[in-house]
Amino acid sequence: MQLVLEFLALPFVQDVLKILFILLLFAMPLGTFMTLMERKWSAAVQDRIGPNRANIGSYRGRGLLHIAADALKSIFKEDLIPKGADKFLYTIAPFFSFMSAVAVFAIIPIAGPIGDFKFQVTDVQPGLLFIFAITSLGVYGAVLAGASSNSKFALFGGTRASAQMISYEVFLGLSLMGLFMVYGSTQVSIIVEGQGEHWFGLIPKWGVFTQPLGFVVFFTALIAETKRAPFDAPEGESEIVAGYFVEYSGMRWSSFMLAEYIAIVGVAALITTLFFGGYQVPWLYHWESAPQWLVTLLQFSKFTSFTLILCWFQIQIRWTVPKFRFDQTMALGWKKLLPVALLNTVVTAIIIVALA
Amino acid sequence: MKFKVKKVDRSEGLKEALYIPGIAVGLKHTMRHFFRNIIGKKDVVTIQYPEEERPISQRWRGRHRLTRRDDGFLKCVACYMCETVCPAKCIHIEAGEHPDFSVEKYPVSFDIDELRCVFCGLCVEACPKQAIRMDTGVIGMAYHSRESFNFTRDLLRDAYTPNEKTKYTDADLPKPPDQQSALPNSRGIPAL
Repeated sequence: MQLVLEFLALPFVQDVLKILFILLLFAMPLGTFMTLMERKWSAAVQDRIGPNRANIGSYRGRGLLHIAADALKSIFKEDLIPKGADKFLYTIAPFFSFMSAVAVFAIIPIAGPIGDFKFQVTDVQPGLLFIFAITSLGVYGAVLAGASSNSKFALFGGTRASAQMISYEVFLGLSLMGLFMVYGSTQVSIIVEGQGEHWFGLIPKWGVFTQPLGFVVFFTALIAETKRAPFDAPEGESEIVAGYFVEYSGMRWSSFMLAEYIAIVGVAALITTLFFGGYQVPWLYHWESAPQWLVTLLQFSKFTSFTLILCWFQIQIRWTVPKFRFDQTMALGWKKLLPVALLNTVVTAIIIVALA
Repeated sequence: MKFKVKKVDRSEGLKEALYIPGIAVGLKHTMRHFFRNIIGKKDVVTIQYPEEERPISQRWRGRHRLTRRDDGFLKCVACYMCETVCPAKCIHIEAGEHPDFSVEKYPVSFDIDELRCVFCGLCVEACPKQAIRMDTGVIGMAYHSRESFNFTRDLLRDAYTPNEKTKYTDADLPKPPDQQSALPNSRGIPAL
């Protein structure tokens, strides 16, 4: 018993356990859940019923079994590598997409710390710079898939994806400058701690209230990074079939799709952390005698519910807004989001200096 | 020559340039549909086909059937009207002489090739005896082999009856005259 406790107290073991918990019990289940919910919720928006046919015997579970059916189907499908494709790059491209989608969860705290123990895989000091680095790596998934497929459509998709994602990374970084100034750090734990305070004991000091413009630009840039509508020109279903992963099939294709849905959850978790107070439950400081386990549970459920709401909101946006043409995507980024992000930075700086 | 050209103002106002008011208007609509369909009154018009069927009109031309007289014989007198009028040439009738003088002729075989049938309903209109009808209300006909689509006389007579009035079982049929069992029959189908 003593040995087991000592083993669990090792930092390395704790890290592995945290990774397993956040990945296997939070990110992956929510991501796979989103693959079904995207279809169900879009059906609700369009007055349809959505998938409800997969069954075991007579049990249908309101379409939930479609998750299992999709997984089984894609595992047993033929895995094609097109003639003339670069096999090595073709094989590693899905890993880049998947890795960059999953790695976002490494710095996201899902509940408040208990003593020295943090519900966060790693609280690196650069913090959000790590996110920027990871999202840049995500570009490689699309670019390599497009370049190695030996297909014109895939090449078009890959070029569009690279141009779009590299452009929107600029605003992704710039839109957070104000946030860094307000909370005084790029470290995620410090930003979340800062959002636990209240103005006049009433309004929580969340990022969405301190940085409304930054929130809009950051959200837009993140949707563009996930390559979803209205910024889905790289996939462009109506023009270039499926864009950069048009040649993929079977489980490789599935890992692209799963990466997209995990990225949705990642975006939602990131925005919850940065702009909706993360795990901070507002007005909880009034209740000082609350037991620790209850506080942690409340924090975890607040974080999860905000993540789910934002996932839903992204899907709602997708089924509301028509697709931007590729030049419109670029124009929106460079002509509108860039000035707005810069303005936000300058105004935030002026306000902070004036208040100090 | 001078043409009058109407110039449409396509410049963006502030509202269009901001995008956000437009997105909000769109979200208002999609969210209304979303919440109406998730909680509350459903606007869904989907018919879950194998379990539910779309109500069909009385004039719907479905699967054929051959009707019977009150005494249980087929109404069909093998006059070849339907076979002649059929634009798809899918009806094949062989006439036989019926021992009952009041019946005169009857179809020894009456086959409809449903794969050729175009469901135009002309056979129903042409029939002078109301012997063939398409009122079974059967929409879907799906089988695994081509042979299954060749509907024979007995299948057309027995497979579907639209209501209780026209429903017969073999036990309800009157016994045929004695000499009838000895009748020559090209396909070995017992005559009525």
